Amino acid sequence: MNDETLNSKTVFGFWVYLMTDCILFATLFATFAVLRHSTYGGPSGQEIFSLPLVLAMTLILLTSSFSAGVGLLAARRGEGRQALAWFGLTFLLGAAFLTLEIREFVHLTAEGHSWRASAFLSSFFTLVGTHGAHISSGLIWMAVLVPRSVQRGLGSVDLRRLTCLTLFWHFLDVVWIFIFTVVYLMGVLS
Amino acid sequence: MKKDKLVFRLLIVLDVLLLLALLAYGKHVDFNLQVLNPKGQIADKERTLMLEAALLMLIVVVPVYLMTAYIAFKYRAGNQRAKYSPDLDGNRKLEITWWAIPGVIITILAVITFKSSHDLDPFKKISSPVKPITIEVVALDWKWLFIYPEQNVASVNFVEFPVNTPVNFEITADAPMNSFWIPQLGGQIYAMSGMATELSLIANRAGDYYGSSANISGRGFAAMKFTARATDRPGFEQWLAYAKQSELKLDTGAYKQLARQSTISQPVYYSSAQKGLFNQVLTKFYPFAEVGHEGGH
Amino acid sequence: MLGRLNFDALHHGTVEMVGIASMFGGLILAVTALTYFKRWKWLWRVWLTSTDPKKIGVMYIATALFMLLRGAVDAGMMRTQQAISVGDSTGFLNPDQFQQVFSAHGTIMIFFAAMGLMFGLINWIVPLQIGARDVAFPFLNATSFWLFFMGAMLVNTSLVVGEFSAAGWLAYPPLSELAYSPSVGVDYWIWALQIAGVGSLLAGINFLVTILRMRRLGMTLMKMPMFCWSVLGTTTLIIFAFPILTATLAMLALDRSFGMHFFTSYYGGNPMMYVNLIWAWGHPEVYILILPAFGVFSEVVATFSRKRLFGYTSMVWAIWAIVFLSFIVWLHHFFTMGAGANVNAFFGVMTMAIAVPTGVKVFNWLFTMYRGRIRFTTPMLWFLGFVATFTIGGMAGVLMAVPPADFQLHNSLFLVAHFHTMIIGGVVFGYFAGLTYWFPKIFGFKLNERLGRYAFWCWLVGFLLAFIPLYILGFMGATRRLDHYDASLGWQQLFIVAGVGVAIIGLGLFFQVLQLIVSIKDRHKNLDKTGDPWDGRTLEWSTASPPPVYNFASLSAVDDRDAFWAMKRARVKPAIKYEAIEIAKNTSLPIIIGALAFTFGFGFVWHMYWLVALSFAALITVIAWRASDDATEYTVPASEVKRIELAGGNTA
Repeated sequence: MNDETLNSKTVFGFWVYLMTDCILFATLFATFAVLRHSTYGGPSGQEIFSLPLVLAMTLILLTSSFSAGVGLLAARRGEGRQALAWFGLTFLLGAAFLTLEIREFVHLTAEGHSWRASAFLSSFFTLVGTHGAHISSGLIWMAVLVPRSVQRGLGSVDLRRLTCLTLFWHFLDVVWIFIFTVVYLMGVLS
Repeated sequence: MKKDKLVFRLLIVLDVLLLLALLAYGKHVDFNLQVLNPKGQIADKERTLMLEAALLMLIVVVPVYLMTAYIAFKYRAGNQRAKYSPDLDGNRKLEITWWAIPGVIITILAVITFKSSHDLDPFKKISSPVKPITIEVVALDWKWLFIYPEQNVASVNFVEFPVNTPVNFEITADAPMNSFWIPQLGGQIYAMSGMATELSLIANRAGDYYGSSANISGRGFAAMKFTARATDRPGFEQWLAYAKQSELKLDTGAYKQLARQSTISQPVYYSSAQKGLFNQVLTKFYPFAEVGHEGGH
Repeated sequence: MLGRLNFDALHHGTVEMVGIASMFGGLILAVTALTYFKRWKWLWRVWLTSTDPKKIGVMYIATALFMLLRGAVDAGMMRTQQAISVGDSTGFLNPDQFQQVFSAHGTIMIFFAAMGLMFGLINWIVPLQIGARDVAFPFLNATSFWLFFMGAMLVNTSLVVGEFSAAGWLAYPPLSELAYSPSVGVDYWIWALQIAGVGSLLAGINFLVTILRMRRLGMTLMKMPMFCWSVLGTTTLIIFAFPILTATLAMLALDRSFGMHFFTSYYGGNPMMYVNLIWAWGHPEVYILILPAFGVFSEVVATFSRKRLFGYTSMVWAIWAIVFLSFIVWLHHFFTMGAGANVNAFFGVMTMAIAVPTGVKVFNWLFTMYRGRIRFTTPMLWFLGFVATFTIGGMAGVLMAVPPADFQLHNSLFLVAHFHTMIIGGVVFGYFAGLTYWFPKIFGFKLNERLGRYAFWCWLVGFLLAFIPLYILGFMGATRRLDHYDASLGWQQLFIVAGVGVAIIGLGLFFQVLQLIVSIKDRHKNLDKTGDPWDGRTLEWSTASPPPVYNFASLSAVDDRDAFWAMKRARVKPAIKYEAIEIAKNTSLPIIIGALAFTFGFGFVWHMYWLVALSFAALITVIAWRASDDATEYTVPASEVKRIELAGGNTA
């Protein structure tokens, strides 16, 4: 097995995995859609969502996707320090995104609007929280993979892995667009 | 090979004996094939559907059995006289035939399906010159509660109504998902908490009919059976009068008692039922929202 | 520290104690044997740390057969209970025990017996049939097996520590929510399936990539063996369906462990959503199980009719029609939930439509036999048994696809008879055909044919005796899952006949076990020396039995469907160039990952959240470690390949 084959099989396999993750999110989206009005006397999305906060989170995540893309291009060119910088930025932006999300969750819970309060809140916390869990995994993966890959000289095997990581990151960005639209935007506007 | 034939024949003999024993025994037992022995218009139509579907499918199934037996026998390796065409791997005409003919049969069945799904929609009321009677049903752990809102009585594990009268059941649950089913009168529908389903049945013959729950709801599930009795009008009035003599009244307190997890060995009757009790049970799961009636219209 | 685990979890009734004693008895026997014959190192080195799909396949099959026996014992208990629990008698199982037994029976048979046999055969045969040396991701493959194994072990653990779910094999809420099932049973069910489910999903991805990217040069998709096409269909179904299961089980777990309200009765939960989601997975699942069985039949019928498979292109289209349709029929599992006439009718029609491609396959098999020279070996008998039984079950299915008819048959024993006909007549007979057909390839010696035939006849006769009464009982108004019923209903006689049927199936199982023992004892008399005991048609028969670890010494191009048959007819022996071959190394990480998944699940069940967190952290560490490992293969030098081949390797 030479590296050429390894590349194509692994990246293809990773795409297939992303498709399954897509279906997982689709299931959570479908459940959210069904339960979004089941507020059980508690608040609806309109009352608890802050569009400015969500806009900020969206811009942060979109930018991080851009920086990850640039980072991968740098890695492909063999430019280790640039790759490190761009992925470093991606990591910081991702961490900022996560921090804002956790703060939103903590705030809601403190006000009594936790995931135990209604079906709507259960599905909200789970859908958005699952996305957040994926972001966390991405961050851990980034922290473990990028420095090591740069240190080892960005060979083809590491490039393959960085490609998968970047694909993952872009995918999470796309999912966030859907969350932003379906959960927050439509929730506030309905 | 000889041993094979012996074992094979022994097994066949065993089966024949068992079948004969079954038939003999069966003569002493009332094999009431309830679903195929309808006593009401709905169950009758549902049975007709089954027979139609079965007959249509036999058009394909019988040839399959015949062909299998014929081909397996004729082309066995021992039969050197049969033609051997090892590279015969396709035939357009045949392919078209066995995609098309089953396709046509399914299309016919599809039309039957659409029509009957509407005709026998549980939410559709039976059209009849006779005024229907409404009975509210609550599936509990582990018993069936029947409330007669118009007659102001209630009963547990027993429901009675007049023959040739449409009965509009309104069904809910204060328990896990159950399914309300009286096989000789018609098909079932789920009983779910916070939702009201409907089933319209009619008994065209007097008699006692077996009713049960067809969806597991916990430890006492096997006790979820009831008797559905269809009588003539006088008989029904008599039963109402009998129920009215009961000392028990179904008020909120009595209901709470009844709703606790337990099984009941004999039917219970209540001489009155609190007004709006069914609605209370229905809406207690969604105190803040409008009650959803299950079923698309 | 121990969450809600305490000594009460070890309190059991007599029935459970017998089960526990049997399991432990078997375990002690195995441990003693391994110690006495000094095989621990061998077990670890050759089997438990293997990444070879040929070894992994055997482990899948062994686990599946063990779970099949457990599920069969459950079935025996159910039949016995229902034959005697009439009128004044309440049988030997109390309602709670009976409900755990049928819940375990369904869960075990589908998730561990059927899926296990399926993945076992897929692991064994797919790489060989496409002419490859391994699967796309060997490490992932081993991990999939260990996740599957640990899911099974969680189910078995529930028998010893605590109890199993009593909510049926699909655990509908509200019954499966805390309010109605507060104890650990449903949690065991959730985590066993969640863990095994992740394993299945990963295996689906693995084999999809394997088939699409690792076929031999010249083997276009339309030249691939039909078994591989059926596996491609199955892996497609797995990829789309299993994530739904993962999400749904997770939501139920969140309801039960973290107080959420997806499917609860109060707080706005919607149990109907669960029913929809679980069947959106559940329906594709049954097609996941049946498609490879259909694939087996395609191989078996062609080989034992000495003829090319009839209508190859049509068969491929039929598979994809089935795959597509299987995603738009799920509502037929709950016509009675009140969705309304148009919705019911649509799903009913789509359900009937699946009968068309399925029928096409049956006709194509029949015409494969037409003008062939048919040998009635055991695999071929299983096929004929399938045709006889599956047709009846299919009829019953189309009958129930008409919603108003279903209103009278839903959740009755008619339904139970229908799906058992499909699963036993289709899936089980198919996988038994596959096992008996490919056994010589896997183990190097043939199975005793006579005992195989006895087993088949017992299964066929036993099946008919066990399930025809159930079709009748359904018409008599009998619902499923009843631990007791009135004598006046007249059901008992049929339950007794059904009990006799299950006993005969048990006799069939006995003959299968006997067949294994006798065949192993006689193995030296029945060695498969040529690698091609049946005069086969596809590439797996071109290797030795069993094949060397690298499967094929040379990866020469192929040109034809039935590639091996073509090679035999051409009598060409291609020149062999011996080259060094890279093979995935053994590794202990998959079994460690499995063990950590087990402790993760066990921790969740008993609310030992420190164990959950620890297992999770360890899992991340192990995965990160493995992901950073670059030395995951070893090389078999060309000289070694030559030595193996000359000592009796491939014939092509």
